[in-house]
Amino acid sequence: MTVAIDRATGRRSGERPPRPGLGQRLKNGYQRYWYAYAMIAPVVVVLGILVGYPLVRGVYLTLTDANSLNSARTIGVNHIDATYKFIGLDNYQDILFGPTAYDRFWSHFLWTVFWTVACVTLHYVIGLGLAMMLDQKLRGRTVYRLLLVLPWAVPTFVTVFSWRIMLADSGVLNQILGALHLPQPQWLEDTFWQRFAAIMVNTWCGVPFMMLSLLGGLQSIDSSLYEAAEMDGASAWQRFRHVTLPGLRSVSSTVVLLGVIWTFNQFAIIFLLFGPTGAPDAQILVTWAYFLGFGQQPRDFAQSAAYGVLLLSILTVFTSFYFRWLKRNDQLAV
Amino acid sequence: MSTTTPPETAPGLPLTAAAPAAARPRATRRRGERGPLGTVLLHGGLVLASLIALVPVAWLFFLSLGPDKDDYLHPGRIFGRAGFANYAFVLQHTGFFDWFKSTMIVALGTTFIGVFVAATTGYAVSRMRFPGYKPLMWVLLLTQAFPIAILIVPMYEIFGELGLIDTYWALILINCSTAVPYSAWLLKGYFDTIPFEIDEAGRVDGLTPFGTFFRLILPLARPGLAVAAFYNFITAVGEVAFATTFMLDDSKYTFAVGLQTFVSEHDAQWNYMAATAVLIAIPVSVFFYLVQKNLVTGLTAGGTKG
Repeated sequence: MTVAIDRATGRRSGERPPRPGLGQRLKNGYQRYWYAYAMIAPVVVVLGILVGYPLVRGVYLTLTDANSLNSARTIGVNHIDATYKFIGLDNYQDILFGPTAYDRFWSHFLWTVFWTVACVTLHYVIGLGLAMMLDQKLRGRTVYRLLLVLPWAVPTFVTVFSWRIMLADSGVLNQILGALHLPQPQWLEDTFWQRFAAIMVNTWCGVPFMMLSLLGGLQSIDSSLYEAAEMDGASAWQRFRHVTLPGLRSVSSTVVLLGVIWTFNQFAIIFLLFGPTGAPDAQILVTWAYFLGFGQQPRDFAQSAAYGVLLLSILTVFTSFYFRWLKRNDQLAV
Repeated sequence: MSTTTPPETAPGLPLTAAAPAAARPRATRRRGERGPLGTVLLHGGLVLASLIALVPVAWLFFLSLGPDKDDYLHPGRIFGRAGFANYAFVLQHTGFFDWFKSTMIVALGTTFIGVFVAATTGYAVSRMRFPGYKPLMWVLLLTQAFPIAILIVPMYEIFGELGLIDTYWALILINCSTAVPYSAWLLKGYFDTIPFEIDEAGRVDGLTPFGTFFRLILPLARPGLAVAAFYNFITAVGEVAFATTFMLDDSKYTFAVGLQTFVSEHDAQWNYMAATAVLIAIPVSVFFYLVQKNLVTGLTAGGTKG
């Protein structure tokens, strides 16, 4: 039969018979694996066309001076051909080391790193705390859970507008702070408070995912481990440190990686909270790149794509280091 | 749980006088039980967190009842004249139903195509080791790391050449490309929990490989599929960047774009926006709570196996 359920036969990849010739191997491979390839073909085709090709095209664009004035476009009935030209690595040179590079790239870069670290830490800590509370036996657990996942259930673009109303200058949050005689920050105008508000809103939106994932992880920890630890006289903190955290390791390593990637690329929250043109200093690299490519006139396609390539490189480097670190501890759930 | 504790230390018994451990009543508490203080703190913490989770949504609903666009500045005023006038206006005089239609087409299209494609891939990587397995898993993971910034410009060009700008297909395809990798990953984890013996039994009974997948595995994987469907749906409904850029005709706006039209630089009709937002949140949340039962199991099936 053609289905190759290797794991069912218990065959390890190391226990191979001697290698046959190339032609024979291709033929065998086709017979053994055609079914697998048929099943992954749709994904490969879709990703190839929608991600692979645009990626190659995007990388090429970063080596040109393309913008909305010299790209191919159609005005009325006239079609104008593209006139942009190849300029090598000038875009990268300009972004990383050109004049005002700090204001355009490095300041956003540092802020993006801070944003990612702060948000993922808050997501994880709050999510773990809530998950542990929900893991207890208590009345109304289901109700709490339903309420706590609400920020995830309602689409982000809806809740972000709600936050925008609440954070407005004389919005309800400042009215409450005023009534308590506390300072009323300009949440959506002052750079520091813009950043503070962005992290706050993103934390609010991102906790439920962490909470549910970690709750699943907690429930899969064998309760006899806790009993054994308690028998040996472990305190609550020791049980947490030496049973709960190791038990959550594989879930944690997965959700933290996803969290970092999603937060790093979080577009909707910052874009909608400050509007397409507001808060230049609170833009992370993704929204800033979008602003360059679509938010200004003339649209600078080449630089926007170059930011994208830089972003992708940063994430790729991070992911490979993360994997290496996990491999050493053998924790990844892939 | 309770079997580890001798019965005489059960709480509620008046041990205080008799037992030598009376000074430390915590030590005699059974596993999994808390003192009254612990329970109060637990409920207090959860109530506080639930309130924080609920308030922004509830506030939006409250504002949607106020008739004036500046009511958000004077919420006290709303009490006297709350009503559903905003809803009537939104339903009758805006493109709400057009937006609803486009959002549903895009979201359901993404869900059906995305889940199907992700399920076949997830099954293949769960059951088979084939040359190219490792790279495929890497691609699935890394695709999630693709910033929209790098794809949006070339995609705009490509879809422009294909004549797909301003069509639903553009959004469905794009949403699939972002939702499928994670769904496939998630479904792989779920398929891993279904015993291989089931596949073998199917084959012994003469099912073709595809028959095994469609008639045995898919029905068993329903909870996992529900989560993947939910993830696809939510991703498609909540997608902002591509929908904002690619949809030009305001009758084809999805909700994510339509909602932005209430707030321009010169005029912000917060009351209508709030009403629209509530109307959007209802179907999405209903869909969410329908699948939430399977959410935890499905999401972490891949993670907990290690």
